Amino acid sequence: MIVDALAQAVGNTPMVRLRALERETPGVEIWAKLDWLNPGGSVKDRAGLFIVQDAIERGLVGPGRTRTLIDSTSGNTGIAYAWLGAALGVPVALVMPGNVSEARKQLTRAYGAQQIFSDPLEQSDGAIRLCRTLVAEEPERWFYADQYSNPMNPRAHEVTTAQEIWRDTGGRVTHFVAGIGTGGTIMGTARGLRRHGAVQVIAVEPEEALHGLEGLKHMPSSIVPPIYREEELDRKLSVSTDAGWDMAERLIVDEGLLAGHSAGAAAVGALQVARELAASGRRGVVVTLFPDRADRYLPPAEAP
Amino acid sequence: MPVIVKIPAPLRPLTQGQSEVSVENAATVQAAVEDLSRRYPGLRERLLDDKGALRRYVNIFRNDEDIRHGKSLQTALAEGDKLTIVPAIAGG
Repeated sequence: MIVDALAQAVGNTPMVRLRALERETPGVEIWAKLDWLNPGGSVKDRAGLFIVQDAIERGLVGPGRTRTLIDSTSGNTGIAYAWLGAALGVPVALVMPGNVSEARKQLTRAYGAQQIFSDPLEQSDGAIRLCRTLVAEEPERWFYADQYSNPMNPRAHEVTTAQEIWRDTGGRVTHFVAGIGTGGTIMGTARGLRRHGAVQVIAVEPEEALHGLEGLKHMPSSIVPPIYREEELDRKLSVSTDAGWDMAERLIVDEGLLAGHSAGAAAVGALQVARELAASGRRGVVVTLFPDRADRYLPPAEAP
Repeated sequence: MPVIVKIPAPLRPLTQGQSEVSVENAATVQAAVEDLSRRYPGLRERLLDDKGALRRYVNIFRNDEDIRHGKSLQTALAEGDKLTIVPAIAGG
């Protein structure tokens, strides 16, 4: 692949068959889309690119404009904005909980993004509230990208992720399983797949409010993102932190996939769906998406 | 002077919405957790696993130090220390 701008390398990530998991699910295929192979190292490049491009096209940010793109993020969206901003001439400011991983802090800083830290004990919702306050105080200074409300977030997945999955499975996909962060991946991919056929869409969420599945949201205890529409899901599965972490380790050792915790949780969901199909004697092609790699989770070097 | 324990948002439904609670006469983190668990039922299961060890994904800081880097639950507490229970980062 040759590109004249790195932004063109976003998407078209490979799908890999999870053969070690399939041993438990005769007749049912399990595939994972490796979205950590995006240029910025996570699925969030897709939403980031659509959001930034849309803002440039609308004349809100970019060369000759004075506004800084600002958003709250748990890290991966921030990395996407940061490298895209550097590449496309858009200054970027990120509001992140103070306990965001050291890897994420260093990466966003390396790309020149301004960092603003919110109270770690208030989690992502604290970052959302601080970001809203900053924007309300100086509305002329910022373009508030608002990934939790911006329709470009799910749109990116409707137009790219879903079409890639349909194409790469030759239209055989029967089930799509993914974690809920902002809801962008699951909502958009669901819409894009349903343009083609009756694909079942299953969301994975952490079992409890206090969890270690970084990047995933426990909806009952969170500010529910406006782009998230639970009624469009066929089903929701709760996954415990321990199950997600154990699965990530299993994927690393058995499949050679350096899966992050949210990828582990997505795989737990995919395996459960595939097991149920196999147990009822049905065939199926279950596709999941791995958002990022384990090396995004290096711990903070100091107390938050 | 008691030890102050800072409670993250996802656990506040268990502490009647309080973001900070205090513990008297706790010599170790373990003792502080036990005391809190008696006063706020449900807290223990969120923080400790079936064997009574700190859950893998729960981080507790004594002042600025991650207790895992020291003696974990056996970390000694002094009057005026601050314990912080730090959650993972959710969503986006």
